[in-house]
Amino acid sequence: MTELNLLIVGVGGQGTVLASRILGEYFTAAGLDVKVSEVHGMSQRGGSVITFVRAGRDVASPLIEAGGADVIISFELLEAQRYAGYLKPGGTMIVNTQQIDPMPVVTGAAVYPDNVRETLAGLGIHAVYVDATAEAVEAGSAKAANVALLGAASRFIGGSAEAWEQAVLACVPARFRELNQKAFALGRARA
Amino acid sequence: MSKKELMFGNAAVARGFWEAGCTFASSYPGTPSTEVTEFAAETAEIYAEWAPNEKVALESAFGASLAGARSFAAMKHVGLNVAADPLFTMSYTGVNGGLAVVVADDPGMHSSQNEQDSRHYAMGAKLPMLEPADAAECRAYAMAALELSERFDAPVLFRLTTRVAHSRSPVETGERTEPPRRAYQKDPGKYVMMPANARGRHVAVEARTEALKAFAETTPLNRVVPGDRRIGVVAAGIAYQYAREALGDRAAYLKLGLVNPLPEKKIREFAASVDRLVIVEELDPVIETQIRAMGIPCEGKALFSRIGEYTARAIAAALLGETAETVAVPPVPGRPPVLCPGCPHRGVFYVLSKLKLFVSGDIGCYTLGALPPLGALDTTLCMGASVSGLHGWCKAAGDEAAKRSVAVIGDSTFIHSGITGLINIVYNGSPATVLILDNSITGMTGHQQNPCTGLTLKNAPAPAVDLTALCHAVGVRRVRTVDPFDLAAVETALREETAADEPSVIIVKRPCALLKPVVAQRKPPVTVERDACRRCRACMRIGCPAISFDREKGAVVDTTLCVGCGLCGQMCAFGAIRGGSGTRVI
Ligand SMILES: Cc1ncc(C[n+]2csc(CCOP(=O)(O)OP(=O)(O)O)c2C)c(N)n1
Repeated sequence: MTELNLLIVGVGGQGTVLASRILGEYFTAAGLDVKVSEVHGMSQRGGSVITFVRAGRDVASPLIEAGGADVIISFELLEAQRYAGYLKPGGTMIVNTQQIDPMPVVTGAAVYPDNVRETLAGLGIHAVYVDATAEAVEAGSAKAANVALLGAASRFIGGSAEAWEQAVLACVPARFRELNQKAFALGRARA
Repeated sequence: MSKKELMFGNAAVARGFWEAGCTFASSYPGTPSTEVTEFAAETAEIYAEWAPNEKVALESAFGASLAGARSFAAMKHVGLNVAADPLFTMSYTGVNGGLAVVVADDPGMHSSQNEQDSRHYAMGAKLPMLEPADAAECRAYAMAALELSERFDAPVLFRLTTRVAHSRSPVETGERTEPPRRAYQKDPGKYVMMPANARGRHVAVEARTEALKAFAETTPLNRVVPGDRRIGVVAAGIAYQYAREALGDRAAYLKLGLVNPLPEKKIREFAASVDRLVIVEELDPVIETQIRAMGIPCEGKALFSRIGEYTARAIAAALLGETAETVAVPPVPGRPPVLCPGCPHRGVFYVLSKLKLFVSGDIGCYTLGALPPLGALDTTLCMGASVSGLHGWCKAAGDEAAKRSVAVIGDSTFIHSGITGLINIVYNGSPATVLILDNSITGMTGHQQNPCTGLTLKNAPAPAVDLTALCHAVGVRRVRTVDPFDLAAVETALREETAADEPSVIIVKRPCALLKPVVAQRKPPVTVERDACRRCRACMRIGCPAISFDREKGAVVDTTLCVGCGLCGQMCAFGAIRGGSGTRVI
């Protein structure tokens, strides 16, 4: 089956949209039918965000349902657990170790779980943890964390480094090319 | 030469209008419709603007159509309520240049206050309605909409839903062709809708519906997709995609592109060719009810919900009895949207909740002031309702209660429909206090210019509404301006204005923290003086995502999020928080 379902989850403002654009570009260049679904608006204001990327011969629905994702890229630790149920048995989660307290945690109404890794392991989930911010800083700017994370995920999606690089370059502004190229390569090498 | 590219649904709609020679667009932003007009504005050939509200937008598009231009107006579902008045009578006048009305529904209410189904408007106003199912259809149907509009002399409704508007999929684009502009011919019988003329036009409307029904039978917009004839699905838009995902070729489909009026003969034939006729449509049973009225047995809402979005899995479960196993994951704390760090609305809501006022709320980023810990809003209904609702509340609740009540409304929303409510407050005399939260942008929908900002949609300079002068002009004598980063000043203004026996307006003015010039002038993050922090948690009451509380360390500032607004510093009685633009030396 050539169909691939990818989920990108995180917190509004973390740059998940660029990651989904690059994925869309990558699959389109590979000659596949693609659907990328984002939700804009209210959820952008620091809320939990989810983007679906589907590629295959003929993609009908833009959505992925529970148990349907081959790869989940989580931009934030707790969000990985929130959406873990979307992973297919045998799938992979790429998890940024960054933690962002949601408002109920900030106000003291809830506690940030300190055992996300154990919980995911307990569910038998194959998770790869990435300090994407550190990698992005190494590449030149923390802003490229999204691309570093995508670099890590690319290892589990397949394809050549060249094809990925083309997709990254097609989606970032010229003045940030080098930064994003570096961040992507670092993410890809370390995963 | 045409090529395939991955395109955002709303961009593809704009592309289709552009290719079909559209030259005019007037819209009011609203998720998930906003980007249609933003993409149109990126083209040189389409004059595109943000109108103050949807009614103005649609009427402007009507004027452009009369002048012969192919035009469109775009809005979200609730926006069509505002524009419903011109819509219903434009059905009678018809058009000159092709006119499309884009209306974006939001099943699941990702960014909306209700889940209404715009297809009712097509039936009510007796207008053709198209509904695309992916980005390629967004483009193709947008072109068809302008052509059909001219052919049938009707504004054409163009229905989007969130998952089509906000999904990217491949689109093959073409060149632009601009048909010659149609000359305007004076025709009062058609364009002046007074009773004598309108009676004649209603006859024309009914005849047009018959012509559209005949068209619906033959147009390739409605097509049969072959498959296993044991299940026959009638569907349009995103629901068609969910059905196809669930059933594949285990069903045959009648895929509707024109969702109003319906092709009765085609449906009858399709029904006769399948064992089981199933209508798959999100929200209301609009198609199902009509098919039942044709006397054709079918299934629909007996199987599927009227609430929220559909999924392929729910369709497979209902029709094939297929269920999927899912893993139970321990729940985690919720992550609701929040006011951004440095948001000028935050301080206002802190003071409002501190003073325990009745707050008549409105729609915008500031609706988030309803959430804990601020919890400041009492109501939110629709755009503009804060001001008019407050008037009724003040009249009915009595003077004492009136003096403990305010309305809050954003700059864009105030211009949209708050000003009429304010005129009512003055005219009919309630001692109401209205806070205009002027952050110099339409924030909630992603930074659109509006009549208060001094720029147009195409970023050209424009006169900015002088809100103070406007309020004075309608008869409000007490108008004052405060800076929301100065909590003490906000509190003083609130106490004084609510106490007054006459209408008053407080303009709370500071630009959105995400505007480029504001970002460029950001202060460094605040710092916490460890020894001075008494762990009293006062700084937690403003609900800023950049500051949290650690039992051992006390207040902790996330330096990646903090923009140095200093509001938390104003909360601290011990001077433990240093820096930030709002901190005043005591
Ligand atoms: C009739 C209608 N049109 C459009 C919208 C979408 N919408 C929600 S809030 C908003 C504008 C908010 O701008 P503003 O009042 O300036 O407040 P801000 O978000 O900047 O705080 C819009 C256009 C709506 N909810 N209802």
